[in-house]
Amino acid sequence: MDAGARVDALRRRFKPARRGHSLCFNPPPRPDTVTDVDAIPALAAQQTGPRPVRRTLHRFANPGRFLRLAARVQPWLTGPALLLTLLGLGWGLLFSPADYQQGDAVRIMYVHVPCAWLSTAGYAGLAAASLAALVWRHPLADMAAAEIGPVGALVTALCLATGSLWGKPMWGAWWVWDARLTSELVLFFLYCGHMMLIRAFDDAERGARAGAILALVGVVNLPIIHYSVQWWSTLHQGNSIGLTGSSTMSGSMLWPLAVAALGTTLGFAAIVVARLRAAVMERRLRGLLMAHAESVA
Amino acid sequence: MRAFGALLARELRLAARHGGDTFGALLFFFVAGALFPLAIGPAPEVLARLAPGIVWVCALLAALLPLDRLFGADFEDGSLDQLLLSGLPGSLVALAKAVSHWLVTGLPLLAASLPLAVMLQLPRAALPVLLGGLLMGSAVLSLLGTACAAVVLGARRGGVLLPVLVLPLTVPVLIFGAGAVDAAVAGLPVRPLLLLLGAYLAACIPLCPLAAGAGLSGAVE
Repeated sequence: MDAGARVDALRRRFKPARRGHSLCFNPPPRPDTVTDVDAIPALAAQQTGPRPVRRTLHRFANPGRFLRLAARVQPWLTGPALLLTLLGLGWGLLFSPADYQQGDAVRIMYVHVPCAWLSTAGYAGLAAASLAALVWRHPLADMAAAEIGPVGALVTALCLATGSLWGKPMWGAWWVWDARLTSELVLFFLYCGHMMLIRAFDDAERGARAGAILALVGVVNLPIIHYSVQWWSTLHQGNSIGLTGSSTMSGSMLWPLAVAALGTTLGFAAIVVARLRAAVMERRLRGLLMAHAESVA
Repeated sequence: MRAFGALLARELRLAARHGGDTFGALLFFFVAGALFPLAIGPAPEVLARLAPGIVWVCALLAALLPLDRLFGADFEDGSLDQLLLSGLPGSLVALAKAVSHWLVTGLPLLAASLPLAVMLQLPRAALPVLLGGLLMGSAVLSLLGTACAAVVLGARRGGVLLPVLVLPLTVPVLIFGAGAVDAAVAGLPVRPLLLLLGAYLAACIPLCPLAAGAGLSGAVE
């Protein structure tokens, strides 16, 4: 293949995004741009405009700043996440008491409940990122939404799988059309639809925008789906844990569950931050490749 | 308002001149409905039990068929840009499209559901509830479908993606609508379920065009 054809192929593969100020496209760093970047906080401090949200949030739209911050935060997420998850799971699986009715089968709760919590919390995060992307056009929010999606779908699938494993000995069936199972299944479909939609566009920015709108439609719909399904059929046990009022769960089970939930939540955050860093670096790399292709041409 | 009326009239004129689209959806509705007795057997009591669900699911699927082309043709030939430049907000363009989809697909499906329900041995007392539910449910589907169709505009494999996006969102419609027919068959009060369906429709009327408008402006940017 001659050089011209290769450059054309590269151009087709790395189609530049259209947004002007985004991190999608980074030219190779030059010394003067670096000093400009470092001057941004000073400029922002001088500015006394009426848009404080934009100023504070958009500081992290700078990919270099984000990468530096994320690299510092990452070990503080990954380490405690691993530690707390292992502690919570070990405590729950080995040392917590068995249930007086469910026996040892209750131990799957220490995996199932954190996954269920993360599946909804993850969708809330996805919706928040989508809102930020639509309202403030924050480029990192676009990428965050794209990176939260697969992780959320994974925990939702884990929640469904562990729920099914728990259901077999307790209800005598792998799957029952109970309200919570069904709304969790719908949530899984919403995650999958969001993931597919984001990746269905040639223009990444357009995909992110479509995904953001869909995520917001989904988050408005989720409570309605939840309650409609609840009125339709309920077999699942009621809430055992409440923030208000007393929990009906013994402390000997609640504590390991809380530790496991905290650990997996930190783990979720760690995975999302790691994916986000990788995505930012990937875009940088594409920018460099494109710049290289152009300089060769 | 005049622009809205003109857009709606244009959509209806287009639909009248391409009658095949509406007819195709109706035919799909009938064929899909007719497959169920073949698959589960012709026993009247079984069919009567399943009839509400079959009619509702087939209606949802049939209403999905024209959604793919709702904005597609206008997007490809550039009329969509013109529509959005006409001064009409994107959300109203989307609303006009949703209304036309409902008039052209939802209402004919409503009429077609009557013979299908009778053929599936649905008790006669439940027919008005089925029609009332479908009247609102098809409108909700048109609105949700318009929002999703606007969002997938320009995507690869948009036609495959669209049902995957729309159908999970229609879960409440299906539960309330088919539930109302079931309640009517069982002699239970249907009013609460129909009211819930109406409430869902009332929430969709302002929100779905907004989402669709945002999707449209993103598509033509």
